Amino acid sequence: MKRKKPYICRQFQLFKIMNRYETVFILTPVLSEAQTKEAAGKFEKILKDGKAKIKNSEFWGMRKLAYPIQKKSTGFYQLVEFEASGDVIEKLELAFRRDERILRFLTVKLDKHAITYAAKRIKRLAENA
Amino acid sequence: MSDKQSEIRYLTPINIEIKKDKYCRFLKSGIKYIDFKDPNFLLKFVNEQGKILPRRVTGTSLKYQRKVTQAVKRARHLALMPYVGDMLK
Repeated sequence: MKRKKPYICRQFQLFKIMNRYETVFILTPVLSEAQTKEAAGKFEKILKDGKAKIKNSEFWGMRKLAYPIQKKSTGFYQLVEFEASGDVIEKLELAFRRDERILRFLTVKLDKHAITYAAKRIKRLAENA
Repeated sequence: MSDKQSEIRYLTPINIEIKKDKYCRFLKSGIKYIDFKDPNFLLKFVNEQGKILPRRVTGTSLKYQRKVTQAVKRARHLALMPYVGDMLK
């Protein structure tokens, strides 16, 4: 039974529906520390331009990849959790594809279970950090 | 008549397989979301070659088996887990 899209009244349509997303991307290991910060900052700026609220951003640092990507076996992982309307994601992913420092990226929409999990995870990291 | 039956002796003792009933660990422990970001949890659902274990082996319910496969595939995409591993355990 296909759910009918809910009828959104006129003035409510202007208000953009904000969803929770999390994106993880891998930077090439040849970058220096400053360059990785600058690259991560560049994508957070794109999100801020799209009026997105960044909930949490983690830098996992250099990690070994399970299999070589573009002949590289390590990479800098960066996680960003944010709340944004749908059209920001297109701009973000376009920027990911254009930037050659990015080896791989993955953007995921969070459902309600994932949101509670993310909140618990932040608390857990804060505790043992 | 009955004593003849009891006389039957088997060459090899038949081992009756004790039926250990499988359960879905997600339903039991109440986990609602399987995170693709921590690979060591996902390694429990993958065999040595890195292939996803079937439901009949792990006993997870259909709903959570789909979440597990989705999480494993996302972890593989992000190179947190190998597509083809060797002696992962």
